[in-house]
Amino acid sequence: MGFNGSEPSRARAGVRALEPTATVALKIAVVGPLGVGKSTLVRSVSEISPLTTEETMSRRSVPVDPLGPASTKTETTVAMDFGRITISERVVLYLFGTPGQERFWFLWDGLVEGALGAVVVVDVRRLAESFEVLERLERRGCAFIVAANGFPGAPVYPPEELREALDLAASVPVVDFDARVRDSCRDVLVSLAEHLLTAAHRSRGVG
Amino acid sequence: MIRRLAPPTAEDPDDPGPERIYVLTGGRGGPHPRTRLDLVTLVLAVGGARNTAASRRGLFPEHRAIIRMCRRPLSVAELSAYLRLPFGATAVLVEDLLQAELVRTRAAVVPAVPDPALIEEVLRGLQRL
Repeated sequence: MGFNGSEPSRARAGVRALEPTATVALKIAVVGPLGVGKSTLVRSVSEISPLTTEETMSRRSVPVDPLGPASTKTETTVAMDFGRITISERVVLYLFGTPGQERFWFLWDGLVEGALGAVVVVDVRRLAESFEVLERLERRGCAFIVAANGFPGAPVYPPEELREALDLAASVPVVDFDARVRDSCRDVLVSLAEHLLTAAHRSRGVG
Repeated sequence: MIRRLAPPTAEDPDDPGPERIYVLTGGRGGPHPRTRLDLVTLVLAVGGARNTAASRRGLFPEHRAIIRMCRRPLSVAELSAYLRLPFGATAVLVEDLLQAELVRTRAAVVPAVPDPALIEEVLRGLQRL
């Protein structure tokens, strides 16, 4: 069955393809409650204007049927913004911002599984909103760091106090940053990479 | 299909509605798990003799858009964003093209225990930003 219409016009413009040498694509999840600065972080470090992809609930098991009785349920979609950083000729890194609330956890199957690691963005004024996300990452064995976004007027706590308040293991890095500042966001990602490197060396040592 | 031929709405002429997604996917909710398409699976069009006008006959415009966008590698997530289709529907279209051997994929790296050399490469790349 064919259809000889025109190509979607949006797909004709603005595509920023990768270098032909790109062969290894990695992803990092940026998680945290709504309004905590995930999208700002992604925007600050991305080499492309952030894009949006949608994920539908139960996409494998439930057919998309606009006429079916359960259509309102199966069409539940959540938007994820993502950005891209070219690391080297062969390696490209994608950053996906995803909400951390329970009702969005169906997204995690496709995102956290297979992710290199995660940045948990927290707002020191509402730390309790991050407890479940941290627990979930720990349960999945996903390496992460905690990055406290410094909102104007918000109190600044020493990392040790945040670590204690969030009940984090001593090995989990806790950093302050400003999601609006590119270098600050880069430093967050560098901290995550350093943490991952330590973890990778440790597993090599054990294995 | 009638919907696509109708005058575009003022709101968003490019936004495919659920009917269009249904037509494109034939009602498939997502790709076969065996295809193992990830958000960051890189897709690349197959050039040369195989990719002819004849082999592209019968494809939807969205299929052809994927082939054109993937003259250089692009992730499934990016294709989904540019096509304004959900990830699942985009992955179904990529799967069609894989079966027709019009694209190939570079599998996403899913490291259970990441290779330290790869992490070091990422670290160095980030430090250069």
